[in-house]
Amino acid sequence: MTQKKVIATTSLAGCFGCHMSLLDIDLRLLDLVEVVAFDRSPLTDIKTFTRRADIGLIEGGVCNDENVHVLRLFREHCDILVSMGACAIMGGLPALRNEIPLSECLEEAYLRVPTSAGGSRIIPHHPDLPKILDRVYPCHEIVKIDYFLPGCPPSAELIWRAVTGLLFGGADPIPRELIRYD
Amino acid sequence: MSEVTKVGIVVDGRSIEVVEGASLVDVLRLAGIDVPTLCWTRDVDPPLGTCRVCAVRVDGREVAACTLAVRAGMQVECAAPDLAELQQGVVELLFAEGNHFCPACEKSGDCELQTMGYRMGMTHSRFPYRFESYSLDYRGQRLMLERNRCIHCKRCTDLFTDDEGHRVFCFLGKGSQTQVVMDLEREAKLSEHKCDEAVALCPVGAILRKGRGFDRPIGTRASDTPERMDR
Repeated sequence: MTQKKVIATTSLAGCFGCHMSLLDIDLRLLDLVEVVAFDRSPLTDIKTFTRRADIGLIEGGVCNDENVHVLRLFREHCDILVSMGACAIMGGLPALRNEIPLSECLEEAYLRVPTSAGGSRIIPHHPDLPKILDRVYPCHEIVKIDYFLPGCPPSAELIWRAVTGLLFGGADPIPRELIRYD
Repeated sequence: MSEVTKVGIVVDGRSIEVVEGASLVDVLRLAGIDVPTLCWTRDVDPPLGTCRVCAVRVDGREVAACTLAVRAGMQVECAAPDLAELQQGVVELLFAEGNHFCPACEKSGDCELQTMGYRMGMTHSRFPYRFESYSLDYRGQRLMLERNRCIHCKRCTDLFTDDEGHRVFCFLGKGSQTQVVMDLEREAKLSEHKCDEAVALCPVGAILRKGRGFDRPIGTRASDTPERMDR
């Protein structure tokens, strides 16, 4: 039996919608797991790479220093890196904060919010917490990205065509008629 | 009736006979060549020529086809791969300049800029997204301006008039500070039909009806149909 191809996935500043769309390939998942193995991924709960991946699927943009770290690890460990979804490609809805200064965002979220604990005047800053970046960055502004699957989320069909096409060959892994930005 | 003079031009190595002085975009489309356009609308003379998506090469120079009247002996190139690249680059620049969050846009599915991206197979903008801050104008009675999405095509400022023939929109400021504004008094008097016309004229989601949006289910919008690649 030929060795299975390896897929790794992660969600940075995303909502897991793209991962849900990946699961929407439904019964084809059974075909997929015959020929691929998932390594580091929220789907397997494997937290660190155990081997090199043929393809890495990145959901979400880059909003904090941990996202930068994870994205660089994925670039290092994956032959092909794919930005999956609007957030990975251009920041998506989290990037709506990009035109607002970070201090204002944090003050709104932690100090002015009606649900803050009585009289709380603390913006969380523990060293273990990821540091929020000045804005949300598209993944390709941080590392080299090889392919882009637009959509919010990309359709299951597009993810299926891209993953199988990139791993096993085949014409046009990202067909124009499946491209959507919403 | 003015006399029509026919002249010969060469398009991608093919000689064709066309009406002298006609818009190059019209001529190319009549010849079956699909030139992408965004700001251009039929029968507008002079053309707006603002978006530059219809870039072709004429006598060795890249020009916006909509701004050019044909003349005898023109050598036109449309099919060169670098031109398709240039046209897509213009669309990518528009996406990078404004804040085009398609998943959160009321016009998504009926947006000409978005459809252009689909037609070109654009998956992302190769230019850094600017994320500039743009102001919104909610003061209208029925229309609002969502300037994050404005591509400054000038359709609304130059082509839209109210029932009395007065313009309602204009540009304010210069260069990167240019923004579209509307005459609030005239906006308040617009008929329902005219409001809808303004929204439809905007190629993106910059002019919107207040209190309306996301009212067409996914699957029924213009770009959801198989014919969405067509104009």
